[in-house]
Amino acid sequence: MSIDRETARRVAKLARIAVPEDRLDGLAQEFNAILGFVEQLREVDVEGVEPMVSVTPMRLKRREDVVTDGNQQDAVLANAPDAREGFFAVPKVVE
Amino acid sequence: MSALTDLTIAGARDALRAGETSAVALTEAHLEAAGAAGALNAFVHHTPDLAREQARAADARLARGDAPAMCGIPIGVKDLFCTKGVPSQAASRILDGFRPEYESTVTDKLFTSGAVMLGKLNMDEFAMGSSNETSTYGAAVNPWRAGNSDAALTPGGSSGGSAAAVAAHLCLGATGTDTGGSIRQPAALTGTVGIKPTYGRVSRWGIVAFASSLDQAGPMTRNVRDAAIMLEAMAGHDPKDSTSADLPVPDFEAMLTGDIRGQVIGIPREYRLDGMPDEVEARWQDGIAMLRDAGAGIRDISLPHTKYALPAYYVIAPAEASSNLARYDGVRFGRRAALDQGDGVTEMYEKTRAEGFGDEVQRRVMVGTYVLSAGFYDAYYNHARKVRALIRRDFEEAFASGVDAILTPATPSPAFELGAMAEADPIEMYLQDVFTVTVNLAGLPGIALPTGQDRRGLPLGLQLIGRPWEEGALLNAAQCLEDRAGFVARAEKWW
Repeated sequence: MSIDRETARRVAKLARIAVPEDRLDGLAQEFNAILGFVEQLREVDVEGVEPMVSVTPMRLKRREDVVTDGNQQDAVLANAPDAREGFFAVPKVVE
Repeated sequence: MSALTDLTIAGARDALRAGETSAVALTEAHLEAAGAAGALNAFVHHTPDLAREQARAADARLARGDAPAMCGIPIGVKDLFCTKGVPSQAASRILDGFRPEYESTVTDKLFTSGAVMLGKLNMDEFAMGSSNETSTYGAAVNPWRAGNSDAALTPGGSSGGSAAAVAAHLCLGATGTDTGGSIRQPAALTGTVGIKPTYGRVSRWGIVAFASSLDQAGPMTRNVRDAAIMLEAMAGHDPKDSTSADLPVPDFEAMLTGDIRGQVIGIPREYRLDGMPDEVEARWQDGIAMLRDAGAGIRDISLPHTKYALPAYYVIAPAEASSNLARYDGVRFGRRAALDQGDGVTEMYEKTRAEGFGDEVQRRVMVGTYVLSAGFYDAYYNHARKVRALIRRDFEEAFASGVDAILTPATPSPAFELGAMAEADPIEMYLQDVFTVTVNLAGLPGIALPTGQDRRGLPLGLQLIGRPWEEGALLNAAQCLEDRAGFVARAEKWW
């Protein structure tokens, strides 16, 4: 499997990272080096093996479905690059 | 009494309780050492006011006789931990200016037990790296130098600042985190001790997430006893982290009996790599002899899937990172890129993340995005998780056959020069974690400690891997090794 310039562009788009045109070929090459390295996993026979989904098998705890926290608008907004009138402010989302 | 910065945590604790020194005096000595060590670039945010306030409070507790083991002990905190009101940037430009409104569980526990924070410590950006060179603050520098050379060496990574600060006696202990080796590799490269506990032993709440199924925090100290003391203060169940285990935390220090007679130490043949330096192999053989001398039985074992650990890690860790780092969008915290007229929300995300993330972080986020994308999820991500299950099974089988702990080298080489990997393939750097990453995938506890030096005088470390939840027994085995290795060398001060 080889990643080309167009795939690199698509992945950058999915990851929401602006990558300049002149970096795409280099990026594709780096992806190929890493994916080439992980390609050796294909040698492993995983027939019948369940994927590991929990590091330490244990039952998750449950709690009452009640409000335990809240009323912290100022704390929540304190680190926002742009907060106005109690909201996070962002550029226009819909035309 | 020796110089205050030469004390261990255990020694300082005893001196404080005996009234031979004060938390304020201890703190001032370390603030001075940290302030004069700019050349090491280990501390990236100093918090002297907080430290002095905490030291005064610790002295008051000591006077009342209400002094837990960490009371009055000056520590450094990796920049990955959120500390209330104090910059917590994960060494990333994207978190420039971020001052959390809350305290991570680990630092909260340490402060509750009376520890004094001197400041925040350098690291690789988002803990992605093995040399501390991906940091937005620039690399931390290893206090050790090779022979007569004055070339700057890496302290390892990602907890490079923690390792450098502890090795240079700028603090008595430091917090680290370990996703693929980020506590143990820097410990080995700086002649310090670092333990990654069992996954779930220490709460991850308030620690900037890298790969959530692999991340664990642990202490970095100058000896095994100090690691036991500090780990106990950091560990325990936390309702805010659903993966933290509801198990009692033993008195780890009390378990350092120095007696491992009759225990079986496994030596995995797959950890002998082609091209591994002779000195690494020689120190490993020395370690085997030391444990045999302590009365342990030595057994050759096989962990057949070892060679697939790094490739599996480089699927799973980037996949989890790409999800975790999706939150850095320029909206809720940190830094937003300057936008052009007409830019919409998508441009805001794309420009903010392009400016805010360094090259290695971008690379891993995108690799993770790729392996999780439609059509590749099964082929990469699920396949890697199956291999991960096999890697864990290898360990389970070894332990089921009667092995108590496993001894391996900690790293494939001693500290290397900063910049040495600049032109190399990213994979070259990834190989630094070849001996440590298996432990994260299996969720096991692992400890690195110094047992010798190479011919240029650089420290070399060994790793012991233990059974799940048996950090106490693991620390005890490490203590036996430490007693016999008699590693007393320290970096000569040049900074």
